[in-house]
Order: sequence, then structure tokens, then C-alpha cells
Amino acid sequence: MSPLTQRERVKIPRQRMPEQDAVVRRGNFNEVALGFTEELAIAEANRCLQCDRPYCVEGCPVEVLIPQFIRALREGDMVGAVAIMKVKNSLPAICGRVCPQEVQCEIRCVLARKGQPVAIGRLERFVGDYELAMRTCPLERKLPTGKKVAVVGTGPAGLTCAVDVAREGHAVTMFESLHAPGGVLVYGIPEFRLPKSVVHAEIDYAVECLGIEIRTDHVIGRTLTLSELLAEYDAVFLGTGAGLPSFMRIPGINYNGVMSANEFLTRVNLMKGYLFPEYDTPVKVGRKVAVIGAGNVAMDAARCALRLQTLQGKDGEVHIVYRRSRDEVPARAEEVHHAEEEGVIFDFLTNPVEIFGDEKGNVRGMRCIRMELGEPDASGRRSPRPVPGSEFDMEVDMVIFALGTSPNPLVFMDASGLERTKYGTVVVKDEETGRTTMPRVWAGGDVVTGAATVVSAMGAGKRAAADINRFLANEVTDW
Amino acid sequence: MYRILEKEVLSDVTKLMVVEAPHVARKAQAGQFVIVRIDEHGERIPLTIADYDQEAGTITLIFQEVGKSTMHLGTLQAGDTLATLAGPLGHPTEVANYGTVVCVGGGVGIAPIYPITRALKEASNYVISIIGARTRDLLFWEDRMRAVSDELIVCTDDGSYGRKALVTEPLKELLEARGPEIARVWAIGPAIMMKFVSLTTRPFNIPTIVSLNTIMIDGTGMCGGCRVLLEEGAQFVCVDGPEFDGHKVDWDNLLARLAFYREEERLAVEHWEHECRLEGVLKEQGGA
Ligand SMILES: Cc1cc2nc3c(=O)[nH]c(=O)nc-3n(C[C@H](O)[C@H](O)[C@H](O)COP(=O)(O)OP(=O)(O)OC[C@H]3O[C@@H](n4cnc5c(N)ncnc54)[C@H](O)[C@@H]3O)c2cc1C
Ligand SMILES: Cc1cc2nc3c(=O)[nH]c(=O)nc-3n(C[C@H](O)[C@H](O)[C@H](O)COP(=O)(O)OP(=O)(O)OC[C@H]3O[C@@H](n4cnc5c(N)ncnc54)[C@H](O)[C@@H]3O)c2cc1C
Ligand code: SF4
Ligand code: FES
Repeated sequence: MSPLTQRERVKIPRQRMPEQDAVVRRGNFNEVALGFTEELAIAEANRCLQCDRPYCVEGCPVEVLIPQFIRALREGDMVGAVAIMKVKNSLPAICGRVCPQEVQCEIRCVLARKGQPVAIGRLERFVGDYELAMRTCPLERKLPTGKKVAVVGTGPAGLTCAVDVAREGHAVTMFESLHAPGGVLVYGIPEFRLPKSVVHAEIDYAVECLGIEIRTDHVIGRTLTLSELLAEYDAVFLGTGAGLPSFMRIPGINYNGVMSANEFLTRVNLMKGYLFPEYDTPVKVGRKVAVIGAGNVAMDAARCALRLQTLQGKDGEVHIVYRRSRDEVPARAEEVHHAEEEGVIFDFLTNPVEIFGDEKGNVRGMRCIRMELGEPDASGRRSPRPVPGSEFDMEVDMVIFALGTSPNPLVFMDASGLERTKYGTVVVKDEETGRTTMPRVWAGGDVVTGAATVVSAMGAGKRAAADINRFLANEVTDW
Repeated sequence: MYRILEKEVLSDVTKLMVVEAPHVARKAQAGQFVIVRIDEHGERIPLTIADYDQEAGTITLIFQEVGKSTMHLGTLQAGDTLATLAGPLGHPTEVANYGTVVCVGGGVGIAPIYPITRALKEASNYVISIIGARTRDLLFWEDRMRAVSDELIVCTDDGSYGRKALVTEPLKELLEARGPEIARVWAIGPAIMMKFVSLTTRPFNIPTIVSLNTIMIDGTGMCGGCRVLLEEGAQFVCVDGPEFDGHKVDWDNLLARLAFYREEERLAVEHWEHECRLEGVLKEQGGA
């Protein structure tokens, strides 16, 4: 069979992802996107034009070798595709599922101009899933160096850093305050978007191959402090994320039924509340739920609420209440699309001003005000302002705040010398190394950037690991 | 996995357990708590560190069986293990020499008030303690409390032991008789008790520290489920507390929040009892 011509490749339509039907999936927590079959994957891979200057790679925060892995895939060399992928990205099954490809790699694809970029994320997932099943690319470890490294936090930043440091032969111990490793990947992102088995498989594999030790139930700042870690380890990486939820400063936020998305999602995902009473942690859902915000966190909360309503036999509504307009929605496009398909109602240009409760202290309603967009601000986003006199009341029995998070300050107890910004994030002296102002302490991921993305946290973990490895090899000794 | 080394039955519904947890014992201080999860299906529940032994690497927990998790915990024996034990969490009690202090422990609250009382005594305070329970069977650690107090008043709601009174009654008399000499009051027990202790001390303007027992999930400041309304706004009990100025707490909000999951808690107990019966039946059949 002769290879396809460029013209033929351009004619192939973007392959559709097989998905669970919207009506069916409202009633379960199983994965929505089922994954490409081999046939679909090869058809999609055949669309790639193998550009001389691949713009897509420039859009990827970890610079996955996109054309190369796609080429190997379509030539049937899956082992090669995995190996190429793993050069830059050790967690492709995760990234392929949760990266905002439409603003990173795919938006830069030359085919995007026609609205049909190569489905890079879906292909990445296909390669990642193959590797999870086959394990063709073993993680190898150099001889032990006798050096010890502590990694605090087991989210994508910590995991990536731990893997790259352990491969160099250093002994890595990870500390996690919760009972399960994975960070947001396990407590935040729901099963229907990222199956926990995928996350566990990645972690177990790294732990087994590289002898990484994970100590759960260790709250750094309380169980052990940063100073104590520095006394015992040669280097410390902080990847503690941005887990502190924020609430709006409006009256009524403490009524029953008002909660942070973190609480709702932790009950559902980490504690498996949707399986109550099989699992002990209960989770309640209202008949009329308002989720405040429109990021990934808000979409996840809204879609979990819909599923719980169906499972608990509640005929209800779930609203996303967002103060800007559709154009500013920060969530991944696919999540917004899925949420709409499933029946989430979007109230744009709307902002809550007060929450009402009943005599039992349960939320019963919310007063909102209409917003309009003004001139673009410094960040280029048009800032919303209230329309005077446009208040109206919504009847709701549950309000979930998904407003963004900041770093949990517990880890900074007994860490004087570690400089932080006024937002509570850790200052790094150089993004390329992730070094903090405290010698032998590196940081990366959401704890440095504030709530961001999985792949950017991984990138930061990877860069810090490289610098830790150089530092421990005495290639650089100054701080 | 954390091994239960000893178990003591303090009453039908109050159990004590000594658990192996060197990582917690190393750092534990009066006023702090741990998060416990029994097994892979368990919820994360907060329990106060009632005592600790750094050398042995153990902590002591005392709990009252009020719902599924504590009932389940109560069935475990020495030798069994707990899946999760995280801590020590929360700010320790601010121990100093204040002069004369009063420590009030109600019901299972006697367990958490004990290490605080001891620490205050060790800091050379003159310590007056009041412990109370619904009935005689629910009282425990009278001897221990006596050993760390200069004066001890014991009462029960039904008069089956000690004085027949709610803890607030002797407290009020004490404040009326010796108010000016009392520098601080600590109170730990059911929310409703802490509310009334705070109301009792308020007219006397005596700083009153309560240890709030809100519903928690992570216990590390990540969810906000434990938040409490204070005069200055909402705070997280797990990281900002668990001790707060009782005069500033919005008690009605706290009590309403504690009741939010009542229906689910009832279901959980039903489910648990059903499973226990099933297991009993299976065991009988297996044994026959
Ligand atoms: C609901 C939700 C949905 C999201 N969806 C997406 C998405 O679709 N795509 C995407 O790219 N990004 C998404 N994000 C963002 C992304 O998950 C985060 O940017 C990313 O997980 C950050 O990684 P991290 O390793 O820095 O921190 P985290 O994943 O937050 O991990 C930090 C870990 O450190 C632990 N920790 C914290 N403090 C301590 C301490 N003192 N001691 C010990 N351990 C500690 C925490 O328990 C946690 O396990 C989402 C986030 C949320 C909350
Ligand atoms: C910081 C802190 C320290 C604590 N220390 C102790 C301790 O040392 N010993 C002890 O026995 N208990 C302690 N508690 C309370 C304990 O956590 C709860 O009793 C337990 O979570 C109940 O779980 P359950 O499944 O058995 O009961 P559930 O079914 O959850 O609840 C049954 C009943 O108990 C009430 N309840 C639920 N959660 C709490 C709570 N957190 N506090 C008070 N009442 C509650 C419910 O309103 C309900 O009426 C503490 C709580 C906190 C926040
Ligand atoms: S890691 Fe994310 S941005 Fe990079 S190629 Fe994969 S999907 Fe695109
Ligand atoms: S228990 Fe989650 S923030 Fe306190």
C-alpha cells in the first residue's frame, strides 16, 4: 500500500471519540469518553501532515514529540510510539484525558485553521492506554547513589519529580497528607473523566520499578516539618498544590448545603460518596443546584451533581452560574460540551450576592445580580461589572463554590526563609530550576503557579528534578 | 496500617484504644486531634488525642459510639488495624500559667479535656475541674482527672453519681463565688454543652476556650466542610482551631451544621447493622 498523499490526508475527517450516550451516562460514574479503537487511532494518525516545523509541539508545555509519536503509531510501531512519548511525558494516559488540548497543542496544528486539528490528545491517550496495558517501556533506575530526596505532595508535580529523581539512583520518599496518593487526580477529577484505576496503575508502576516510598497520612507542617525534612534529606521538593478553597464574601455562606467544590468532589471522588452506604461517607445533592464558577472544577462539580440526582432519584436541575460570558469560560471545551449534553444549565453574566436559608439553617435560595462586560483589563479579559437594579432570586437548595484555590499554608509551618507571594504561592528564583529562596528546597506545580493544569505541574516537576539531579551530582553547588 | 495495641471498655458506649502511631506520638500536644479511617470503605473521622506516649510511639483515643463509624470502631479489638491515622492536627492548646483555671469536660469530652488539664496543671495553674455525664455509666477517668486537678467536681444529669446537675450549674456557682480569681475556662463536650458553658461565662467576661467538634472530611484545610462562623467571619476548625473563643462562636449555625447529615447517618447505621446480622448468620451457618 503506497503512503497517502498530503491531499488525501487533509481529506480524512477528524475521527469521533466513541462516548457513552448522554442520557445513559447521567446515571453512572463510568468514563464518558471510551477511547479510540486501533482503527480510529490509525485513521486519526493518518491525518497528521508531519510538518517540518511542528507548531503543535510549541504549544505543549512539556514539548511532547508529537509528529514523531504519531508517525510511529500509524506505522504500527506502538512500542516506538510509547518510547517517543515517554521521553517527554511520563503520564500520557492522564494527559491525553485531561489536558486542555484546544488551547495548547491542537490550537497550533495547521489543520486547526479549518477547525479540524489532529486529535493529538486522543492519540496521546491511545498510546498511554497501550502502555498501561502492555508495559513496553520499563522505567529503569541507575545504581543507588546514597542520596536521599523528599518529595512533598503526590500530585502530578510531585509524581513527575519523584520519578525523574529516582531514575538517577537517588532514594525518594514521598509524603502525602491524605490516605491516597495522586493529588487532584484522585480527590478532584471525577471517575467519569479520569478513572482512578489509570492513576493508581501509573503510581503503582513507578513505585514498584523505582523503589519510591510513599508515606501517606503525613501532613508536612504537622507530622513533620520542612526543617525536619531538610535535616534528614539532601533535597526537598514541594508539590503541595493549591488546595485551599475560597468562598465568596457574601451573607449566608454557612447555611447547610453551601459548600466548596473541594468538599463536594472529595466526598464524591476520594471518599466514593456516590457509593454510600457501601462506602461510609455520605454525600447529599440538592434538587436545584447552583455551581458558582465555570472552570474545570465547576464542570466536574456540576456533572457529579447531575449524576447524583439521577442515582438518588431526584428530578432536578443543575446550573452553572458564571459572572462572565460564554467566551470567557476557562474550562476545557470538551467538558463544557459534555456538561451541556448532559443537561447542565448555564447562567452567564450572573453573580450571587446573598444566600438565603430556612429555619433549619438549610439553604433555600440565592439572590443574584446580572453582570455586563466592560473594557478588557490588564490580563486582556473583559472585566464584569454589576448591572444596577438587576437583582433577582433563584430558588436553590444547594450552592457549590468553584472559585479557585490557593496553596494550603500548613506545609509552611516552621519554614522561615521560604519566600511567598501575597497570594500565598511559593516564590521560585528561576522557573527553569524551581529553586526556592530556601537552600535545598525546590517547588513546582500549583503551589508555585496557583491553580493551573496537570501538564504544567508535570513540566515544573520535571525541570526541578533535572536541577535536583545536577545539584546532587555536584555539578552545581551554589544556591 | 496502624495496630491497636490495647482496648478498654470504659462503658457500654465509650471505648478506649491505644494505637501504634509513632509518627503522631512524636509531635502530639494537648488539644490536638487525629483523623481516623477504619478501612478502605471508611469515612475520615476526627478524634482527639486523649493521651500519648512518645517513647512507646503510641496514642490513646477515646470515643463514644454515636453512629456507624464509632460503632464499627468499637467492635475492633487489640491486634486489629486502622487504615488511616493522620496527625497530629490542629493547633495545640495555648498552655501558660494563667493563675486559676476551670476545665469542664462533658461526656466523651472528658477524654480531650484530660491532656489539657494535665498540661495546665504542669504549668503551675490552680486547676478546678468539672466533669459530667448523662449517667454514672458514661463517666470515666475520674481518678485521672482528680490526679491533675486541685479541685474536682463530678456530676451526672440523673444524679446516679456525684452531684445531680448539668456541668453549667456548679460552674455558675463557682463563677459567682470566685469569679474574679478565675482567669480562663476550657470546656469540651457536646456542642450544646459548650454553647451553654459559653453563655454561662459570658456575663462574667471570662475568656472561655471551647474545642469544636464539627463534621470534618480531610482535616487539613482542604474542603471547608468544618467551617464555623465566628464574629470575625468563617474559619476552618481543622486548621484554625479546634479551640476557639466560645463567646465568638455562632452556636446555632454550628448545631444546624452538625445535624445536616442526620438522615444519612441513620441509613449508615441501618446498613451497618444489617451487614453485621448477615455476617452473624453466615458465621453461624459456617460453624454449623
Ligand atoms: C476538580 C478539578 C478538575 C481539574 N481538571 C483539570 C483538567 O481537566 N485538566 C488539567 O490540566 N487540570 C485540571 N485541574 C488542575 C490540575 O488538577 C492541577 O493543576 C494539578 O493537579 C496540580 O498538580 P500539583 O501536583 O501541583 O498539585 P495537586 O494535584 O494539588 O497535589 C498536591 C498534593 O499535595 C498534598 N499536600 C498538600 N499539602 C500537604 C502537606 N502539608 N503535606 C503533605 N501533603 C500535602 C495534597 O493532599 C495533594 O495530594 C483540575 C483541578 C481540579 C481541582
Ligand atoms: C476535633 C474533633 C475531635 C473529636 N474528638 C472526639 C473524641 O475524642 N471522642 C469522640 O468520641 N468523638 C470525638 N469527636 C467527634 C467524632 O468525630 C464524631 O463523634 C464521629 O465522627 C461520629 O461518627 P459516626 O459515624 O460514629 O457518627 P455519625 O453517624 O456521623 O453521627 C452520629 C451523631 O453524632 C453527631 N456527630 C457527627 N459528627 C460529629 C462530630 N464531629 N462531633 C459531634 N457530633 C457529631 C451527629 O450529629 C449525629 O447525631 C471529635 C470531633 C472533632 C471535630
Ligand atoms: S501533553 Fe497535553 S499539550 Fe502536550 S501534546 Fe499531550 S495533550 Fe497536547
Ligand atoms: S475538614 Fe476539610 S477543611 Fe477542615
